[in-house]
Amino acid sequence: MKLTFPALVAAAVMAAAPAMADLVVPNMSYRTGPYAANGIPYADGFADYFTLLNERDGGIGGQLIQVPECETAYNTEKGVECYEALKSQNPLVLNPLSTGITYQLIPKIGVDGIPLYTPGYGRTSAKDGSVFEWVFNAPANYWDGASVAVKHILDQEGGDLSGKKIALVYHNSAYGKEPIRTLEELSEKHGFELTLLPVDAPGQEQKSQWLQIRREKPDYVIMYAWGVMNQVALQEAVNIRFPMDKFIGIWWSGSENDVRPAGAGADGYKALTFHGVGQDYPLYEDLKTHVYDAGKAAGAGDQTGTVLYSRGAYAALVIAEAIRKAQELAGTSEITAAQMRDGFEALEITAERMEELGLPDFGQPISLSCENHGGDGLARIQQWNASEGKWNLITDFIEPDAEILDPLIKADSAAYAQEAGLTPRCN
Amino acid sequence: MIYREAGDFKTSYRDDSQTFPIRLDRWGYYAVLAVAFGIVPFVINDYWANAVLVPFLIYAIAALGLNILTGYAGQVSLGTGGFMAVGAYAVYKLMTSFPEVNVVIHILLAGGITAIVGLLFGLPSLRIKGFYLAVATLAAQFFLVWLFNKVPWFYNYSASGQITAPTRTVLDHAVTGPAASAPAKYLVCLCFAFVLAWVARNLTRGTLGRKWMAIRDMDIAAEIIGVDPLRAKLSAFAVSSFFVGIAGALLFAVYLGAAEVGEAFGINKSFLVLFMIIIGGLGSIFGSFAGAAFLVLLPVLLKNLLVGSLGWPTDLAAHIELMIVGALIVLFLIVEPHGLARLWTLTKEKLRLWPFPH
Amino acid sequence: MDQFIFAAEVVLNGLMTGVMYALVALGFVLIFKASGVFNYAQGVLALFAALTLVGIQNGQVPFAHLINAALGTQLHHFGWTVPSVMAIALTALVMVGLAFLIEKLVLQHLVGQEPIILFMATIGLAYFLEGLGDVMWGADIKTLDVGLPQGISDSIETMTDAWFGYGFFIDRLDIWATVIAALLVAALVAFAQYTKQGRAMRAVADDHQAALSVGISLRFIWVMVWSIAGFVALVAGIMWGTKSGVQFSLSLIALKALPVLMLGGFTSIPGAIVGGLIIGVGEKLFEFTVGPMVGGATENWFAYVLALLFLVFRPQGLFGERIIERV
Repeated sequence: MKLTFPALVAAAVMAAAPAMADLVVPNMSYRTGPYAANGIPYADGFADYFTLLNERDGGIGGQLIQVPECETAYNTEKGVECYEALKSQNPLVLNPLSTGITYQLIPKIGVDGIPLYTPGYGRTSAKDGSVFEWVFNAPANYWDGASVAVKHILDQEGGDLSGKKIALVYHNSAYGKEPIRTLEELSEKHGFELTLLPVDAPGQEQKSQWLQIRREKPDYVIMYAWGVMNQVALQEAVNIRFPMDKFIGIWWSGSENDVRPAGAGADGYKALTFHGVGQDYPLYEDLKTHVYDAGKAAGAGDQTGTVLYSRGAYAALVIAEAIRKAQELAGTSEITAAQMRDGFEALEITAERMEELGLPDFGQPISLSCENHGGDGLARIQQWNASEGKWNLITDFIEPDAEILDPLIKADSAAYAQEAGLTPRCN
Repeated sequence: MIYREAGDFKTSYRDDSQTFPIRLDRWGYYAVLAVAFGIVPFVINDYWANAVLVPFLIYAIAALGLNILTGYAGQVSLGTGGFMAVGAYAVYKLMTSFPEVNVVIHILLAGGITAIVGLLFGLPSLRIKGFYLAVATLAAQFFLVWLFNKVPWFYNYSASGQITAPTRTVLDHAVTGPAASAPAKYLVCLCFAFVLAWVARNLTRGTLGRKWMAIRDMDIAAEIIGVDPLRAKLSAFAVSSFFVGIAGALLFAVYLGAAEVGEAFGINKSFLVLFMIIIGGLGSIFGSFAGAAFLVLLPVLLKNLLVGSLGWPTDLAAHIELMIVGALIVLFLIVEPHGLARLWTLTKEKLRLWPFPH
Repeated sequence: MDQFIFAAEVVLNGLMTGVMYALVALGFVLIFKASGVFNYAQGVLALFAALTLVGIQNGQVPFAHLINAALGTQLHHFGWTVPSVMAIALTALVMVGLAFLIEKLVLQHLVGQEPIILFMATIGLAYFLEGLGDVMWGADIKTLDVGLPQGISDSIETMTDAWFGYGFFIDRLDIWATVIAALLVAALVAFAQYTKQGRAMRAVADDHQAALSVGISLRFIWVMVWSIAGFVALVAGIMWGTKSGVQFSLSLIALKALPVLMLGGFTSIPGAIVGGLIIGVGEKLFEFTVGPMVGGATENWFAYVLALLFLVFRPQGLFGERIIERV
């Protein structure tokens, strides 16, 4: 037993190493486990976009892109295994789609020199590129989300929130606790009263929290939930007849999966998003001809156009643009991970460029630099239309409150720099 | 033919009661140690260390700890994850508060703190037994996780409640933090596992171990022949928690490097370690290692086989992997209900007679 | 006064939640009573039942993903839908088949083993069923609708509003769950008391050896008990799945049943119900009164601490069989 086991493992590992490709962008996905329903569409979108580039353009700069997939099941230990397995394939960038795995990888990638791209999740203060050299979280992060949600509420209330009550229903984990500091600062600034309602994972039983909301009647509810907690929260909100248009979720609480089980009652629910929704973009025609009809779609191929699919594709798009930039800067198409980081730091995606890419008005302009790894953090609001079964964008991109966020980010990254003994760069 | 004890004569009781009375076993043991200490550190790479050997050794330590409590003293516990969290958070607080002290001392102290916490949560065992006790220890599991999540002092008031291990060195080699090399991590875990296994072996065959086993076999009878159940049960909880605390400290500081309590030390961890000792064999040191190997290595092996070699889609592979692991657990139990350790013993019995079984 | 009315509402809702917990706990008790197996797989059984139900309802092709991957086909649905009642009946049949297979392939080979070994076998089973459920029906979230109403009950709201000046919130789904649970327990008790098979089941629960010696087929009883537990899991799966959609997390409801079991005793059906109610009310009241002071999210651990407190005074649970120890 003891002897044959390692031998078998060795054989398996040897066989596992694929042929070296020039550009490797791994897809750290989770198609199993408690969050599979969220992981599947994201992974499909991510893979399909690169398939499109390979099929239509022959890759980027003449280099085909390999997208090896590794299943993490949203589990940090499997995440470590994936990281070690992928590391040997010289990846250009990693996108683990898990805040827990991101925290774990941040110290490691600094040593190994592999960029980490965490759009809309991960460590918020990684926006400060002078401390987090290898991490990028453009175009928006958790704190931007909280701030944009409050701005939207301000809009709705005619610019005055004094005496209003806002409740935050959050996943009782690192991810859910992220917006608390921001919201506390904002409540001081705008004079609203903040109620915190944590829900323990997994979040199947939330009656206490929603009874409290029913009793205290907050004017708005902001939610940071994930997995089954989303569906149950939506259902409970419908049950207590909370006005759905005053219920705003972060972008991870705003996919079709989250609202569908609650049926018609979920109509009017709002969620943040940092990209467009639906299939009304020229890109989808290309995807159809080159990917879907060619039978090359990832997964079951039934996720196209959903919110999380779009998000996965958008993440792939930003990575692809960064690769292009890196190739341009390096003067070669065979770039390394370090050149990839330079590409990210010089990344410039304008509105015109988005149109060229077949996604007009889909994402905000992104412009990164050595200091700014997080973009401008704009987000827009989408609203669920239950009868049509689709999300509609109801606002334009809204800017977050930089006055509040910047000092918070500086403070948090400075604390990290001190703890890890880093000296800020970019001078 | 090859494996036999003929001609292996003992001239003292001491020789006769040693851990490996058969010469071949002894040689095998020395050979494994020699390879583990002398060869592996020089050939190990990051993948083997971080994905295979380091988690295996850490889980083996946790399994040893739980085996002392459940296998030797008969107290079923499902609080392992919570106790590992105590070890992890203790070592984090110690590492950040006293950076000048050697990390090995921190890890040992973290084990000690966990032992005290374990002792407290072991008190109900004096009244509650069997499955009821298992569920009662879940109270510890859920309470501790909640506590570490809720009280910001434990995670030094960081924004999200994640703890990150700073870099610390042993003999000028980094063993924690991002700069730690594969051999350093592996060796630290191996040393702890080796020493703790040695301690466990000698504890369990001494007075204390015999008392534990008496309690396990029938506590009332044990009390009548003069074993104090209070001291026996609580000492089992304390020693077990010490081991588990060290495993938790290593898991956080050496293996993961960053952790969040609900995710890294949730209820799944408690179940996982319990599965390890049942599959490996209750009341067996070797079983703790075998069980940990089974549940750490098998998924990695299957994944590499199905995805890497056969090129299956990752999701299908992950699902089939679950089915195979489940089926293998049932199969092993049907073939040998007393775990891999017993299977190993039986194999050796058969080998003694081989090739002439009659 | 307001606080008092609020507390009353919390207690009522706690009772309802308790019924939902008890539904899950029932399955555990049935199997433990008849075969002494602590069935870790009960939660996964509920997930599997709910997945199968939705799959049959929507006419999904089982193993579609596997078949597509292996043969390159594009199968997803048969293109028909099955009415709820028929789908539930079919799912119940599948659960009976599953019970038969479990007995044949697992339990039969483990007769007479120690409880912890049988416990471990059910863990293996849980792993297997979890993988099987995903391979058969896919890992995405599925909406489950068998026509159970959801949302606040208007009549209760207006009634309480007239009485106390504050309308109570009661979920109609919870009312249904209570009715169904009551019917289920009544049916189980009647079955156990008045039918031949029921009596045989109780005999097995009492003493395996004695039951065998009077000619009761242990295998038949086990298949029967596992089928009933499968059916109870289906009911629990429907109730919880209606609320959250059918997805992997459904299997985690088993964790909510553990304190209930511990409090009510592993061997008592009324115990599961009463335990559920006590846990439901206790955790909700604690979260209502003490929760805000310590930052909330106390329910998970408080349920266990509450059960622990009870156990210290009654180590066999409220309704458990008295533990008699002999040397």
